[in-house]
Amino acid sequence: MEVILITGRSLSQGREKEGGKLSEAYRRAVAICELDPEDLEALGIKEGENVRVRTDFGSIVVKPIPSPQAPHRGVAFMPYGPWASMVMNSETHGTGMPTLKGLRATIEPTKEPVASLKELYSGRLR
Amino acid sequence: MGVRNACALGTSKFLGYNHGRLPSPVIRVGGEARPVSLEEAIERAAEILSKANYPAVYGFGSTSVEAITAALELAEGIGALADNVSTICHGPSLEAVQDIGEVTCTLGVVRHRADLIVYWGSNPVYSHPRHMIRYGPMAEGRFRKGRADRKLVVVDVRKTPTARLADFFLQIKPGTDYEVLSALRAYIKEIDLEVEEVGGIRIERIEELGELMMGCQFGVLFFGLGLTMSPGRHRNVEAALALVRDLNAWTKFAIVPMRGHFNVEGANAAFTWETGYPFGVDFSHGYPRYNPGETTFVDALNRGECDAALIVASDPISHLPKDSADKLMEIPTVVLDPHITPTTLVAHVAIPTAHVGIEAQGTAYRMDGVPLELKKLVDPPPGILTDEEVLRRIGRVVLGVSP
Repeated sequence: MEVILITGRSLSQGREKEGGKLSEAYRRAVAICELDPEDLEALGIKEGENVRVRTDFGSIVVKPIPSPQAPHRGVAFMPYGPWASMVMNSETHGTGMPTLKGLRATIEPTKEPVASLKELYSGRLR
Repeated sequence: MGVRNACALGTSKFLGYNHGRLPSPVIRVGGEARPVSLEEAIERAAEILSKANYPAVYGFGSTSVEAITAALELAEGIGALADNVSTICHGPSLEAVQDIGEVTCTLGVVRHRADLIVYWGSNPVYSHPRHMIRYGPMAEGRFRKGRADRKLVVVDVRKTPTARLADFFLQIKPGTDYEVLSALRAYIKEIDLEVEEVGGIRIERIEELGELMMGCQFGVLFFGLGLTMSPGRHRNVEAALALVRDLNAWTKFAIVPMRGHFNVEGANAAFTWETGYPFGVDFSHGYPRYNPGETTFVDALNRGECDAALIVASDPISHLPKDSADKLMEIPTVVLDPHITPTTLVAHVAIPTAHVGIEAQGTAYRMDGVPLELKKLVDPPPGILTDEEVLRRIGRVVLGVSP
């Protein structure tokens, strides 16, 4: 499914990052993708399945969440954090600001698990 | 121990200030970290920064203005690229203000006088949880007593919890802020729009919002990263600044950016009074140069221009797009932070510092430019210094003099 992907703050993202970015609570807060419930249904995601979010710049597996901010069909939201950063665009168009909202993305169901923070940096973290 | 009067984010900050601390300075060689003394860490940091051809000095979202001015003296001394986190936040807003100008006021004025509050591309219920109660529609002001005395307008691409509180909510299509703001400007200037809809909104709804804005006694437009990060960047903010300027032909209207990271506004203030520019300052020519796209951190990283970086009070490894973060991981970094973060975990030198506003006093600036003295409430762990002290010590070794 093609969507417009935006990233931003969420309450749990802001709260958990103060408690430590290496925590499981932080991962639960930010390794997610909020989708309009009708889009979720159209995707046919089964219980316990995740989604792979893919842009021209990367791809990442996160947990799909029915959006409390619905209705917003065709728009997917990911909280700021290391998982969202894996699919963002570093192009600033001469402004200094990379592309962190309004990216074209595809969402597809997957049985793959959500990576831990350590796995995300494939062993570069100690 | 508890926290009163703080929002959810502040409560978490105070209650969690001692979790996940960086326990001691570390030096990382070949991916292996070993704890070292502060002196050894400072020597190694100074060596990395003075040997670099084009070091970057970046961060400053969560530290004091006093530390920031110390960092800028060091940056100037080593001919660095100095940038702060507004580069990925309200940098575009600052660029827009440089083009258009800004009709603004302090938050106290908003609380006491505003009868129309607009949040555009901003969701304060999540990002600034007490904003609406302290300064916004629910605030108790001298001339506006409460919610009933104010109208709340929200413009966003999703029906956020802030939008659910609005008297008037415009759900626009992503990427159409510039068009909708321009349509409002046209309406204010009594120009006929020969279209039926803009940004997915019927033109009558936009005209209704225009009437609301022109008809208020004192309106305030708070705007967030929905404008600065979406396609168009600073042009979106220019349209908002111009709209507010145009509204002042009809009534009193002001605009205030919703700043995040408790002292990014202070970083812009300190950068500006020290160098003349709010962010993205290059010192490599021996004098400050400002050219977003050229002298900004993300762009310099993307082009592989920086060969070392000093990161203070920020976690760019987590928050920069992957390609930029990968570039940052390829160069030696010196990182100052109270906590363990992905950025400290890849640093060649990581030095723990005190939490400003909890373990160290310092000056921070509120989103409206008002300076606040943050207090020291508790002592930092033994041996942990402030960002300012560590930066001055590094500076003394690098520059050979007391900066």
